[in-house]
This record gives sequence, C-alpha cells and structure tokens, in this order.
Amino acid sequence: MLRKSLAGLLAGVGMTLAGAATAHAEDLTIFWAEWDPANYLQELVNEYAAESGDTITVETTPWSDFQTKAFTEFNAKGDAYDMVVGDSQWLGAGSTGGHYVDLTEFFKKNKLDEVMAPATVKYYAEYPGNSGKYWAVPLEGDAVGWAYRKDWFEDPKEKEAFKAKYGYELDVPKDFKQLRDIAEFFYRPDEKRYGIAIYTQTTYDALAMGFENALFSYGGELGDYTTYKVKDIINSPVAIEALEAYKELYKFTPPNWGNTFFQEDNQAITEGLAAMSMNYFAFFPSLLNEATNPNAKVTGFFANPAGPRGDQFAALGGQGISIVSYSKKQDASMKFLEWFIKDSTQKRWAELGGYTASQAVLKSPEFQNATPYNKAFYETMFKVKDFWAVPEYAELLTQLNNRLGPYVVGDKGTAKEALDGLADDWTATFTKYGRYTN
Amino acid sequence: MATAVMTRLDPQSRAAARGWSDLSIRNLFILPTIAFLIVFNIFPLIYSLGYSFTDYRASTNAPANFIGLANYRDLLNDDFIWNNFIVTAKYVLVSVSGQVIVGFGIALLLNRAIPFKGLITTLLLLPMMMSMAVVGLFWKLLYDPSWGIINYVFRLGDFAWLSNRDAALYAVAITDIWMWSPFVMLLSLAGLSAVPKHLYEAAAIDRAGTWYTFTRITLPLVAPILLIAIIFRTMEAFKTFDLAYIMSSQDTTELISIKLYKMAFQEWQTGKSSALAYIVLIMVLAITNIYVKYLNRVKER
Repeated sequence: MLRKSLAGLLAGVGMTLAGAATAHAEDLTIFWAEWDPANYLQELVNEYAAESGDTITVETTPWSDFQTKAFTEFNAKGDAYDMVVGDSQWLGAGSTGGHYVDLTEFFKKNKLDEVMAPATVKYYAEYPGNSGKYWAVPLEGDAVGWAYRKDWFEDPKEKEAFKAKYGYELDVPKDFKQLRDIAEFFYRPDEKRYGIAIYTQTTYDALAMGFENALFSYGGELGDYTTYKVKDIINSPVAIEALEAYKELYKFTPPNWGNTFFQEDNQAITEGLAAMSMNYFAFFPSLLNEATNPNAKVTGFFANPAGPRGDQFAALGGQGISIVSYSKKQDASMKFLEWFIKDSTQKRWAELGGYTASQAVLKSPEFQNATPYNKAFYETMFKVKDFWAVPEYAELLTQLNNRLGPYVVGDKGTAKEALDGLADDWTATFTKYGRYTN
Repeated sequence: MATAVMTRLDPQSRAAARGWSDLSIRNLFILPTIAFLIVFNIFPLIYSLGYSFTDYRASTNAPANFIGLANYRDLLNDDFIWNNFIVTAKYVLVSVSGQVIVGFGIALLLNRAIPFKGLITTLLLLPMMMSMAVVGLFWKLLYDPSWGIINYVFRLGDFAWLSNRDAALYAVAITDIWMWSPFVMLLSLAGLSAVPKHLYEAAAIDRAGTWYTFTRITLPLVAPILLIAIIFRTMEAFKTFDLAYIMSSQDTTELISIKLYKMAFQEWQTGKSSALAYIVLIMVLAITNIYVKYLNRVKER
C-alpha cells in the first residue's frame, strides 16, 4: 500500500516537473475582464497548450478595475501581460501611447479585413478610422441586444388586452414606439411587474451604450468621426428626440433603476421583474442556464429595434486581442494569434460560448441555430456603431455621464439642454487635444 | 523612584563598546525615516506639484507641456467639480456631526460605574478596527432591499438605500458614523475621566442642575479633546474614498476623492488631477487651520 502511494506521489511530482519544464519556455498571459467569455477563452487556450506546448493563462480582474489595471501596467511599461483583450475604446490610447504592437502586416497577410465581420474590423482593430493600420485581432464580438419574457408576450389575455389598447398585435417590438408601448403596457407596480430594464449607471459606459441604442436607431450620430465636429450633430433634433425616447423608457423601469448596468439588467429577467431587458449579448448565455435563470425556458431575445425613420443600429461592445509592446514573448504571442484566426479555431471558439467575429462562422446556419440569441447577434453585428475610440475617450464618457445622467434619472433640465451642454463639453475636449479646429 | 531620561550612552553598554557615538546612533534611527519620507512623501509631493502646471497624461508618450495655471483655472471654473465639493461638504457635515453626537453620547453613558465597563468599551471599539472595504461590503448587505435587515427591522419594504439618488449619500454617512463613532467615544471618554470629581461635588453642593453641570463643567473641560477628535474625523471624512466607492457609485455620491481617482486613473489626466489634488490639500489644510485656531482659543479659556 505504502509502496503504491509512494509510486503515485513520485509519478505526480514527475508530471508536475515535466509540466513545469515545458511551461518554462513559453508561458504566456492574456489579460481580460472577469466574466464568462474569459472562462471560455481559458478553455480554448488549454487546447492550444495541448497542441503547441505553450501554456497560456487568462488573467482576469473585475470590470470596474479592468481599464485602470491594464493602463497602470502599460504606463509602467510592464511585461506582466503578453496580450490584452482590450475594450474597443482603448484602441486610440493603446496605439498612440505605444502600448500595442502594430499588427497591420499580420492583418493584411491573413486578409483579416475580409475574414472578420466588417464592423469588428472597423471598431476593434483599426485606428485611426480608415487609416488601414490595425492594432488588434477581433476576439469577442459583442453588441447590445434585448432579452424578453416570451410567456408574458404570448399570453392570450395579454395579447387581447394589448391589442385593445394599442390597436396592433403584441409581439417582439419592431421599432422604438412599439418598445415604448410594450414597456408601458407591462408596467404594473402593484403586481411588482415592470415594463423594461435599461442601462442607467453613470460610472463608465453603461448610460452611453444605452443611449446610443436609441441615438443610432433614431438616425443620430455622436459626431463626425473624421473632423471631430460634434455641434449640431450630438445635439441635433433627432439626437434630442432619441434622448427623450430613452428617458421615456426610464419611466417604465423597476423601482430605483437609476444605477444599473449588465448585472442588474440580467437580474430584471432572472427575478421576473421586467418584460424586456437591454444587455450585451455576452451576458445572454447565463439567461439560458436554468441554474442561473429560473425563467430560462420562457426567455426570448431580439435585436435592437428600428427608430421612427426605419434606421436600425445598435451600440457595439466587444473586444479585440492585442499584443502588448512591452512583452518579451511577442513571437510566441504572434504564433498564438496565427492559431487563433484559423477557421477551425474560430468555430471551436463559438462552440465554447465565445462570440466569434469570423464572417464564415457567423453566417453558418450551424452557428445561427446553436442558441436562441445567435441569430439576433448575427443580425446585430452587421449594424453596429461604437463610441469614440480616441485616447481621451474616458473624458468624453465622463462628460456624457455628467450631462445625461441628471436628465435621464434625475429629471433635471431638458434633453436639449443636456445635449447642448454635451456638445460644448466635447467641442472643448476635442479642441484641447488639437483634433478639432473651428 | 523617578526614572531619569537617558541622554547619553551608558559607557558600559555594547554600543559604547563598539565605539558608536550618540550622534551615530541618533542618525541610525533618524536617517532611514528621513530617506523614506523624502522618497515616498516629499519627492512625489513636489513632483506632482510640477505636473499640476502641465498637460501631462501618463497614458501617452507625449511629453508634458507647461501650461501655467490653466489646470487650476479650468477646475475652479468647472460646475461639476464644485458639485463634487458640495457633495463632499454635505457628507462631512452629516458624518462628523453624527459621529460626535453618537460618540460623545455613548461616552457620557459609559462615564460612570457600570458592570463590565471595560468589556463593553472594548466591544464598542470593534467597528473602527475593521477595514473600510469590509465595512462597505457588510453594510451593502445590510442595506439590501430584498434581504437586508435594515429594511426588515424598520419595515421599509423594498426601499433601495444605495440606488436611491437622494438617500445614497446619507446611507454611506450612516455607515461612516457606525464605524467611527467609537473613535470619538474613546477620546471623549479620556476627556471625561480627566474632569476632576471635586468640580461635580461642588456643583452638587450648590444644587446645580444636570444641564447646568453639563454645559458649565463637562463640556468646557472635554471640549479641547473633543475638538481634536473632530479635526481628525473631518480630515478623514473629507478624504473618504473606499466606503463611498464600494457602496454606491453614482453622481450623487461622487465625493471629491472619487472624482480625483477617476480623473487620475480612469481618464489619465495626470496634470489636471495633480492640480485637483493640490486644491483638495489646500482646502483640508485651511479647514484644519481654522479648527486648530479654535482649539487654541478653547484651551486658553
């Protein structure tokens, strides 16, 4: 017995040492935020390890610290991370700050601008816009979509009552007006049921992403991405209309919905609070899991609806993977990226739960039928727009939060005042950084 | 037997045997401290003062350009920054006055012969021994609208303390009061026990009322030490970051130190945030100075 245990122990030590020996040569670290896709990525890179012998650790940190921790390491020119799955807004700061390795050659050699969905190339990889310089490989495609309670929508009594009140069938909303009507219809505080869950938090990009969903579908824009002119664009009549529509939705949210982001919006569905809930597609897998969502069987999904003039867009989330320029293992990282962009890897990535940006995989019926939300995701990924990706994007976000937060949740001032103020703030910021000259 | 303060080395000591002079021993203790202070306190202080006059951003490779007082001018003209100061002032006022009332009140209750006085005092000190982050997370659970004990006890239904825009700041202040009242209590207790008993006896002989005794004897004699507690707590409350950051992140609870953190480490406006840090420093110094002046006047009385 003792001999057997001793032999087992020695074998274990031997295996550990052997593992350590292969790890010694190429032991890479990818830095990402702490969420389910990072776990899927760890599973994927484990398969790479088995194939190549290089081990990869996906190191994570909560979303609230992600940006600060990554840039603290970049600014110190540290080599703790070999690759980073950075937010799309970081591209400007990452590339102009010298933190990201230029991947233009790699991108062109592998024709990634044709392989990956156009929006993901434009927003996750290229900086400055239309420059043909690439800094990341699209890794996790993401956008804002909607989850809804199928059972509430399909209840014959509800359908009848809805038709009597609004004159059309209760179904998945096709435009923002229907979205508003349905939210109003299901807003029943006495029954502890509410119409809609939206993003309202003003600490990072929650409110910006939520508002963008309305803004882009209403036909508005944040500004001119080439000249950085924002006046009469972000405060144009359609933008004002969009902000008013977003604020209107806030009336039909559950109580105290003034500080909410992805976690709360998923809770609105899992706790049976709201009929519809806005969220990034990346958070939808947990809504299909009966262990995390008691309403999993009756949860459906739809893409962000169109605006009054038929435009239909959505706010972009998602990230690309970049090689950190201070890493001492850039060759090994490049080797990993070459493996990552293979069609077979992208297919496997999608199977594991990652949102691939590969057009071939996205378009395959296999992908689109794999989950109830994949089709909505596919449709959305071809009509997305993103926030500014300039190095000072965080300042622009703060200014948006300062102006829009008090109006949407605090009921202060008007939409026009809020957006006029924002146009002034953004103009001042772009002028300060020499991007905009009047 | 009075113990003489040792001013020079005992000729029989080991240090003396090794030929160390008084001076070298003094230097041995003082120099590392001075070096530490220079490297970690004074150098960054001066360095950041320099940055506050530039447009430096730590996240880019661009060199810092001297822009004079522009950062200070922009900050002092920014309505949103003033709003942060107003939020901070409200927080300091509620939190410090709450701590003084509760802390001094408990000290008065404890300042008498009661059984297990030592044990009770020690138990009451527990909150301030905890880490801010732990207290923040703990109170977040207490305030939870679904299962938090506070709403259950006070029958407040699903009132969401920390999401409510108007209540959140007060909810954070209440937590701060819970945590730091023991500090005020401890100092007050020290002050109260130092009040000579014969004054109370004389007042009793003169048939002075409780209120009269409190306002004419207790309060004036405890005032200096109470003021020290207030100075410490005001400085700390002004700098509060962790508690508010953990418990509620919204614009109505954005204290000046949270704004400073965001400006420095999320927006990477290194120059501008250094200027804001100096404005905060000057304000804290000014407030402390007013208190110290007042303290001296109280002491003179």
